[in-house]
Amino acid sequence: MNDYLRKYKNLMMLIVFIVATIIALVPLFGVLGYVVKNGLSALNLQFFINLPKAMGLPGGGMANAIVGTLIMVLIASVIGIPIGILAAIYLTEYDRNSWLSTAVRFATDVLTGIPSIIVGIVIYTAVVLKMGNFSALAGGLALAVIMIPLIIRSTEEMLKLVSHSIREAGYALGISKGKTIMRIVLPTAAKGIITGAMLAVARVAGETAPLLFTALGNQYWSRSLNEPTASLPVQIFQYATSPYKEWHQLAWAGSLVLILIVIVINLVARFAFRSRSI
Amino acid sequence: MGQTLSVKQLEAWYGSNKTLKGINMEIAANHVTAIIGPSGCGKSTFVRCINRMHETMPGTKVKGEIILDGESIYDQDPVVLRKMVGMVFQKPNPFPSMSIYENVVAGVRLNGTRNKQNLQVIAEKSLRMAALWDEVKDRLNYSGMSLSGGQQQRLCIARALAVEPSVLLMDEPASALDPIATTHIEELVRQLKEDYTILIVTHNMQQAARIADSTAFFLNGELVEHGPTSDIFTNPNDKRTEDYITGRFG
Amino acid sequence: MIKKRRLTTSLGDKTLRLLTLLMAVSVLVLMAWMGWKMFDAARPSIQKFGFSFITGRTWDPVKEQFGALPFIYGTLVTSLLALLLAAPIGLGVAIFLNEMAESKFRAVVGFLVEMLAAIPSVVYGLWGIFVLAPWLRQTVEPGLAKWFGFIPLFQGTPVGFGMLAGGLILAVMILPTIAAISREVMAAVPNMQREAALALGATKWEMIRVAVLPYAKSGIMGGIMLGLGRALGETMAVTMVIGNRPDILPSLFAPAYSMAAVIANEFTEATYDLYLSALVEIGLILFGITLVLNFFARLLVWSVARGPKGGNLV
Repeated sequence: MNDYLRKYKNLMMLIVFIVATIIALVPLFGVLGYVVKNGLSALNLQFFINLPKAMGLPGGGMANAIVGTLIMVLIASVIGIPIGILAAIYLTEYDRNSWLSTAVRFATDVLTGIPSIIVGIVIYTAVVLKMGNFSALAGGLALAVIMIPLIIRSTEEMLKLVSHSIREAGYALGISKGKTIMRIVLPTAAKGIITGAMLAVARVAGETAPLLFTALGNQYWSRSLNEPTASLPVQIFQYATSPYKEWHQLAWAGSLVLILIVIVINLVARFAFRSRSI
Repeated sequence: MGQTLSVKQLEAWYGSNKTLKGINMEIAANHVTAIIGPSGCGKSTFVRCINRMHETMPGTKVKGEIILDGESIYDQDPVVLRKMVGMVFQKPNPFPSMSIYENVVAGVRLNGTRNKQNLQVIAEKSLRMAALWDEVKDRLNYSGMSLSGGQQQRLCIARALAVEPSVLLMDEPASALDPIATTHIEELVRQLKEDYTILIVTHNMQQAARIADSTAFFLNGELVEHGPTSDIFTNPNDKRTEDYITGRFG
Repeated sequence: MIKKRRLTTSLGDKTLRLLTLLMAVSVLVLMAWMGWKMFDAARPSIQKFGFSFITGRTWDPVKEQFGALPFIYGTLVTSLLALLLAAPIGLGVAIFLNEMAESKFRAVVGFLVEMLAAIPSVVYGLWGIFVLAPWLRQTVEPGLAKWFGFIPLFQGTPVGFGMLAGGLILAVMILPTIAAISREVMAAVPNMQREAALALGATKWEMIRVAVLPYAKSGIMGGIMLGLGRALGETMAVTMVIGNRPDILPSLFAPAYSMAAVIANEFTEATYDLYLSALVEIGLILFGITLVLNFFARLLVWSVARGPKGGNLV
């Protein structure tokens, strides 16, 4: 009889955990569902090529926000990806164990945990105030600061997966350490490193807080990198919190585009570049 | 053409652990010298000192002298030295990001040779020497990882030979392979000794007996005995050698 | 007699080593610099208000009175509520996926849970404003008031926007973090432990309870702490549903304000230095709390599962 009770308990717990998983997935489908439903109807050609129209007027678009996001993510990637990969190379190939590498790893961890709005504050005081204006450059820099620790983490993990025997084979052939790293180890870990970079890109593409007081926002096209620049997440935020229904529609449409970008990058990164990890 | 190696009072440490306690050894050119001994006796460490790979691990130390072709290996840039002393590892380790062809010429190409003609000639020559050419000549562009274990090891041998070393170090090259592949490797070693000085570490005494001209027995970081293979196996001078060979410990 | 020679000799090699070293050190410098910049910008406010900044309940930019307690309150309540909901569910998901699901199913569902983490905060906020808040106002909060109205937590007028909305949205957002770390630490439990329990005749649940969970316990705690850290710093979704009123009220239905939210809303409106400095000081407090929390959380996680998980979730 005791056995029966235990079997019953086992079944109950299984059900509990299944229910937990279902509860966890409900918001996912809820959010995605509403975004698709409300966003799809407002998605048309005008959305992609028009600038925002004055409050309440129909026919506005988010063209400048989409371009702004692309530009700032590009700036962030150009700065953040090389710095991150190089730092990761130092930590795995040159110096795995000293106090310096421990300190750098600690700093990387701290930086991953910083709320992104804090990054915005720092870039504001350091860049925006100095330059005297909001800019896409400042926005891109803030995003880069967020990207760097992510890239370091994922690249380090991928480099560690490269079997040490490969490096030794390189040295044994009379290939110098630097060449071994760049021409043998890095290409071997390339797939995983690219995946990590893409996931970091997807992450910063959706960030709003760090852009609020670095790039600020713009209802018009920005003519240079040194001007306030619109971005998709900030524009969505501004429209969602506005009182105008037409703008709410645009916010849903913008969310749909943003989610599509993020999810597509995630899918491509995970499945097209699948490496032999996990 | 192979070269002679002269080892004088070689001592090596791994951290605070002294793994080689003063090795003195003459290694003849164009000879196959087998190094046998139980696990942990220092045979791998010894071999890795000769191409200065031992130093690449953190916390290691070396003392003593090794003379290759009249010059001390410690007077040279280790990177340059390793072009003269090649190494084949226990587990085949072709470069995963490269094709078969790229693997073979990796050592040559990454060190400056760019001419495609030259590289192709070198590739074919090395693959033939490793007895692999016929099996891969139609799929040189395939990934190095697409080969069987035995073929991968022969690929690694071809890769090592392409750099044209005079000494070839082999650290238990067949231990990860099946018997047929092992036979291929052993046959290869017999052929290669015409042009190279070969040092082969093995835990398989029968293998040493089959292919080595002379054999050295290591125990606890010391060289116990070194002589012609037939002598070592039929009439060893040291009792410890005899005990190991007859299987009293291992 | 013989010295260890280095492996890198050529100029190219030396350059690579120097360059990578520079980049690694710059990360260290970046962290220190950020900390210093925050402190420097917050200094006027720190000097003026001292400790009363944390205990002051009045936030009045017009009168130059700055007390951060309402924001600390709002942040803590919403984050704790989020933890209470997300921790058990996240752990449940992790147990289900790691110990009970078939491998293909596990891959698909695991991916979906990770997708929860990929949705940008502002999109959650949008959904919060137009779907969650109305639902709370019309259905959930009246229901809670009806059945549990005797508890001060559930009293007051249902508005939809408020701490309950904030807590719920945060729960959804930190759930993937808790689930992912729990999965990772549970996977680090050696199979031997599981097999030992099963060999003694334990049911699956008993095996989990006896062999897996005790071993993974500190790691799971660490994961929960990291989830808390994330909730504390979460800005956009919270700003959009919490009501943005610096009040300290006991009811979950009441509008409130969080530290990150007030910074987001008022930073560009800060017309004079002390105002800005006060906002930065709030940021500094937030920075400090998340730093300490993350530090201890990571120690806990690493004690079970070696090394941090690369990438997005943490």
